[in-house]
Amino acid sequence: MSLILDTLSWALMLGGAGFVLIGTLGLLRLPDVFTRLHGAGMTDTMGAGLLVLGMLLQAPDWLVMVKLVLIVVFLAFTSPMTSHALARAAILDGIKPWLRQADKGDAP
Amino acid sequence: MREKPILRVGTKFLIPFILMFALYVQFHGDFGPGGGFQAGVIFASAFILYAIVFGIAHARRALPAGIRRLLLSLGVLIYAGTGVLALAEGGRFLDYSSLAAQPVLGQHVGIFLVEFGVGMTVFAAMTTIFFVFASRDPSAREQD
Repeated sequence: MSLILDTLSWALMLGGAGFVLIGTLGLLRLPDVFTRLHGAGMTDTMGAGLLVLGMLLQAPDWLVMVKLVLIVVFLAFTSPMTSHALARAAILDGIKPWLRQADKGDAP
Repeated sequence: MREKPILRVGTKFLIPFILMFALYVQFHGDFGPGGGFQAGVIFASAFILYAIVFGIAHARRALPAGIRRLLLSLGVLIYAGTGVLALAEGGRFLDYSSLAAQPVLGQHVGIFLVEFGVGMTVFAAMTTIFFVFASRDPSAREQD
């Protein structure tokens, strides 16, 4: 039983770490503010979500479980809000979203 | 006020939890991680978030300068008053053991009062610094 739980929690945590890695790559490599925000947003939702889910399976008692669930709930509220605020500020500042320019052919 | 419904609703939802977490950090500081300074900063961050989303003028109305000044000095008074009280009870300055009949109970009471004073002063100082810096920006005054 404990072996199954351990395996499952490790798989979830590694999956979460993979999402964080992809999100970080996107944050570094994508061309403009909005696409980078997309990469950063994925880190928060899927990455942190899977990591906490994996930790939930390792939790020793219910008090730790409640705290972990609260972390997920507040991340689910605050992360989209901050992404929205940043994107909104960028739009109001007059930044145009990046679009592929086939004629110029400039790589990102 | 300009329209930003997502931020306004989200902030209204979050602020009570931030304040409650600050109080938890304040009063659980004897037993777990936390204490007066951290609690004051978290408490102040709720007001700073409110000021950023709803405008400085609204935040100033919620937390007038007079109250901030009062809290700023009251916190220091509580801190130093605890020390002087310990001195008057026959101990040394900030020697909590002399505050109650049993030394351990006295230490509990003493650290509670001192951390309460620290939290109060840090909260007032943080919000005051934010308001002073925010009102230096002329564009911030127009938006309110």
